[in-house]
Amino acid sequence: MRRRAILGYGAAGVGAVALMLFVGWWQVDGPGGPEPVGQRPVALTEMDFRLTDHEGNAVGPETLIGRPTMAFFGFTYCPDVCPTTLSDISGWLDDLGDEAHEMNVAFITVDPERDTVETMAEYVGYFHPAIRGWTGPEEQIARVADGFRATYERVPTESGDYTMNHTASVFLFAASGRFVTMIDYHEPREFAVPKIRRALEEETEGAT
Amino acid sequence: MKKYILTSTLAALLTLGGLSVPALAGPEDVVVENAWSRASIGMNRPGAAYMKIRNTGDEPVTLIGLTTPLAMMPEIHETKTNAEGVSSMSPAGEIAIAPGESVALEPGGLHAMLMRLQEPMTEGDTFPLTLLFDDGGEMTVEVPILGIAARGPED
Ligand SMILES: [Cu+2]
Repeated sequence: MRRRAILGYGAAGVGAVALMLFVGWWQVDGPGGPEPVGQRPVALTEMDFRLTDHEGNAVGPETLIGRPTMAFFGFTYCPDVCPTTLSDISGWLDDLGDEAHEMNVAFITVDPERDTVETMAEYVGYFHPAIRGWTGPEEQIARVADGFRATYERVPTESGDYTMNHTASVFLFAASGRFVTMIDYHEPREFAVPKIRRALEEETEGAT
Repeated sequence: MKKYILTSTLAALLTLGGLSVPALAGPEDVVVENAWSRASIGMNRPGAAYMKIRNTGDEPVTLIGLTTPLAMMPEIHETKTNAEGVSSMSPAGEIAIAPGESVALEPGGLHAMLMRLQEPMTEGDTFPLTLLFDDGGEMTVEVPILGIAARGPED
């Protein structure tokens, strides 16, 4: 009798869990879910911003059209995530070999106050030579981030300084400017390099 | 009160591992392996150091802080990346390591954040970093400084 009651509760429990899972799915992934916060970037052809690269050249989204592009956000005062991303990217570019020179690689600062053209030049000099450092006025950086659907935020630290929270994903665009995919932070190299090759291949497809 | 053993003995033990760094002094139950850091550009930017901390003893140990002559404000930080791909960094607080367990300070996760550098971090140099534990024990590790683009302890 007692055992049966427990079984009964058990069945009800399973039903409740199933319902909860269903409600969870509906709200998170299903039709009841909100629009994903991390939306896809618009095509480079739809973006509009003016920045300066680490050699002082005026650059904008049109600079990136015609060759596949790998772009990401960061800042040179970043002790952990940014040097890691830059050295990961340098490693991917090494793996790609000659193909690395067929693509644009742009490291866009979210901290233009400290990351001047000279600062960017010094910093990118430590990484793969294909990596270009882009900076510019704060309102232009905001426009880039908007186009990429990326976010950044200035956060004070206990040392009296500030740090930047920012989108750490690496964005890949085809030569046409169309967004292809992104490489999330912590994604293993086995996944990253094939994703980059995909962006490179889209260029070939577009050319034929 | 945990026992302390002679520096040279521990250093010799650790050197056998090949990748380990010599510890100058510390609780014998704590072993630090694969410590490394990246060179800095000047002194204005914070540095970061990484390592694996193993508790080989049979009692829990709790890391409560850091000191180093290299930086005025060394602190254990944690980088977190949320579902939207946004990374942020904040103090990690105390780190408890259960007996037989280890904690990895590695890029994109826990790191020894070295704020207010007192001198530039130069590739090829090392610096002493002291780990402070809640029982009053401490342990000093010589951390090698690798290149700015280093990805791990072997770079
Ligand atoms: Cu930090």
